[in-house]
Amino acid sequence: MIWSKYSAPQAFYPLAGRLIPWFATVAVILMVVGLYMGFFVAPTDFQQGESYRIIFVHVPAAWMSMFLYVVMAVWAGVGMGLNARLSFMMAQAIAPTGAMFTFLALLTGAMWGKPTWGAWWVWDARLTSELILLFQYAGVMLLRTSIDDLRRADRSSAVFALVGVVNVPIIYYSVQWWNTLHQGASVSMATGSKMAATMLMAMLIMTIAFWMYSIAVILARVRCVMVERESLSTWDEKAAAMPQAVEAR
Amino acid sequence: MLQAVALSCRRGERRLFSDLNVKVERGKLLAVVGENGSGKTSLLRIFSSLLPPEEGSVRWEGQDIHQLKELYSGQLMYLGHLNGLKDDLTAVENLVSSMALAGEPCSESKAKEALEAIGLKRQVHRLPSKVLSQGQKRRVALARLWLSTRPLWLLDEPFTSLDTASTAVVTQRLHAHLQREGLVVVVTHQEIGLPAERLQQLRLAG
Amino acid sequence: MSDSSMWVSISGIIRRDLLLAMRRWSDAAMSVFFLVIVVSLFPLGVGPEPAVLRTIAPGVLWVAALLTCLLSLARVFTPDYLDGVLEQMVLVPQPLSLLVLGKVLAHWVISGLPVVLLSPLLGLQFGLEGEALGVLVLSLLLGTPTLSMIGAIGAALVLGVRGSGLLVALLVLPLYVPVLIFGAGAVTSSMAGIGGEANLSLLGACLVLSLFLAPWATAAALRIALE
Repeated sequence: MIWSKYSAPQAFYPLAGRLIPWFATVAVILMVVGLYMGFFVAPTDFQQGESYRIIFVHVPAAWMSMFLYVVMAVWAGVGMGLNARLSFMMAQAIAPTGAMFTFLALLTGAMWGKPTWGAWWVWDARLTSELILLFQYAGVMLLRTSIDDLRRADRSSAVFALVGVVNVPIIYYSVQWWNTLHQGASVSMATGSKMAATMLMAMLIMTIAFWMYSIAVILARVRCVMVERESLSTWDEKAAAMPQAVEAR
Repeated sequence: MLQAVALSCRRGERRLFSDLNVKVERGKLLAVVGENGSGKTSLLRIFSSLLPPEEGSVRWEGQDIHQLKELYSGQLMYLGHLNGLKDDLTAVENLVSSMALAGEPCSESKAKEALEAIGLKRQVHRLPSKVLSQGQKRRVALARLWLSTRPLWLLDEPFTSLDTASTAVVTQRLHAHLQREGLVVVVTHQEIGLPAERLQQLRLAG
Repeated sequence: MSDSSMWVSISGIIRRDLLLAMRRWSDAAMSVFFLVIVVSLFPLGVGPEPAVLRTIAPGVLWVAALLTCLLSLARVFTPDYLDGVLEQMVLVPQPLSLLVLGKVLAHWVISGLPVVLLSPLLGLQFGLEGEALGVLVLSLLLGTPTLSMIGAIGAALVLGVRGSGLLVALLVLPLYVPVLIFGAGAVTSSMAGIGGEANLSLLGACLVLSLFLAPWATAAALRIALE
C-alpha cells in the first residue's frame, strides 16, 4: 500500500520535497486569479458597497481555520491510536498555519467591521468563535513548547487538540446563542446571501488557493520538523554506538 | 512468571537499553543493579506498566501486560522511590487509605500490626507523616508488604535510609514472600541477604 | 474486579481527599476569600450605581466563580504527583477514569460547593432578588461541576510542566466559554423575565457531556504525564 510505504518518515521526506513546488505554484496562480476576480470582476454590493470585497479573503480564511483544526485533531488522534510518529509531526506542522488563518480571518473581519459597523471590533458570533479558536490554537502550540520531552509533548498536545475539537462546535453554537440573547449586530457577514455567480466563483477559487497554500506550507514545515527530530536521534545513535552491554545471569 | 522480551527503552534523546531479555520465575527475586542513569528505575516502571517500552513487551504468565491492563495491576504491588504518603495524615491513616485505594482494604488494627512488624512503635502511629524522619517514612510505605496479597512485588530502592535492623526485617519479609511462591523485582545498590538459589541478578550498563 | 472493590477504591480516594481538606481547611478558605474579594472589586471599579451593578451581576459572579475554580486546579493532582500517590492511583486495578471521577468529585466538594453556597449572599450584594437569585444558585450548582471536570483535563496535562500555573489557564479558559455563556445567560434571561430554563438545560447537557468525556481525557493525560 502506498500509505504504508510513505508513512515512514524516510520515504515521506523526499516525496514531500517533490510535491511542495507543485502545490506552491498552483496556490500562487489561483490566489492571483481569485483576488483579481474578487476585487475587480465581482459586482459591487448594493448594500455594503466596495468594502464587502474583503470577504473573498475572510470567508475562505475562516473556513480553513476551522477545517485545519479538525485535520490537526484527526492527525493527533491517529498518532495516539497507532503511535505513529509522522502523525504527530503532521499535527505539529498544521497548528501554526491554522493559527495564521484564524488570525487572518480576525484581521479581515475587523477591516470589514470598521466601514460596516463603524467599529473595529464587534462581538459578532462568528468573530467571537474565531477568537476562541485562536486561543485554542495558542493552547496547543504553547503546551507543546512547554514540554521538553518530545514524546510527552506530542501526546499531551494531541489530547488537548482532541478535547478542543469537541469544544469547537459547542463554542460555535453557544456563542450564537449568546449573540441572539444579547441582540447582536444586525448585518452579519454570511447573510449577504444572494451572491452573483462571479462572487461565488471567486470565493471558491480563493478557497482552493488557500488549500494548496496550506498543503505546501505544511509539507515544508513537516520536513523541518523531521530534520530537527532526526538530528536529535542521530545524536542518539552515536550514544547507542558506544560500548554497551546488558548481561543477565 | 514475569518475562521481558526484547525490551528497549529510550528516555528523551538517550537510549538506556535495547534488546533486553529476562525471565523471573515464581519464588525468585530479581535484583536490578547498575550505575546511576543506567535505566534501572525505567525498567521497573516498564514492569509496572507505568512506562510503555519503546520496543518489545513484558509478559505476565505468558500474556502481554498491555493487553491484561487492570487484570495485571491486580497482580502487582509497586513501590517507587516516592513513598506515596500524605504529609497531613498519620502513619495509620496513610496505610489504611493507600490499601483502600489499591483495592485491598484493611482495618486499622491490621495496619497497626504491620507498622509494628516493621519496627514502628505505637507512639509513632498517631503522628502526622510530616514530622517523621526519612527512614520512618520509608518504613510506613514498606509496611504495605505486610498487608498486600499480590504475587508480584516491584520495589525501587526499598532499603534507602533504612537502618540495618529494618533492612534485615524487610529482607526476611521478602524471603517469606518468595517461599509463598511470590515474585519480587528489586532495584538496589545493596547486597540482599537471601539464599543464592532465590536470587537472580540483572546488571544494566549505561 | 468486582463492583465492591471498585467502590472501595473510589470511596477511598474521596474519603482521603476530604480528610486532607479538613486537615488543610485553609486551602478551601482561601478559595472562598478569593471569590469574595474578586466580586467586591467590581463595585469599586464600576461604581455603586445599583442598576449598573444588577446588569453586570450575572457576568461578574460567574467570571469570579470560574477564576476561583481555575486557581484551585493546581490542588487536584499536583500534590499526588509530587508525593507518589498518583503512581499508586494509576496502578490501581480499576479503570483510571472512574478514579479520576472520584477525585474530581472531591475537588468539587472542596472548592466548587462553597462557591455555590456563598453565591446567594454575593448576589444580594449586587441587588439580585427572588427568582434571579434562585437561578444563580441553580446555574452554579449545574455549572461548577462541569468547570471541575474540564479543569481536571488541563490540570493533568500540565503536571510537572514549567510555567504550569499560567499554562493551565490558557488551556482551560477557552474551554470554559460555553459554561460561562449558559450560566450567566440563565441568570440574565431570568432577570429579563424570559426564564432561565433553556440555559439551565443546556448547562445540564454540558455537565452530562463532561461527565462522560472529561474523565477519559484526564486519565489519558495522567498516564502521559507519568510515563
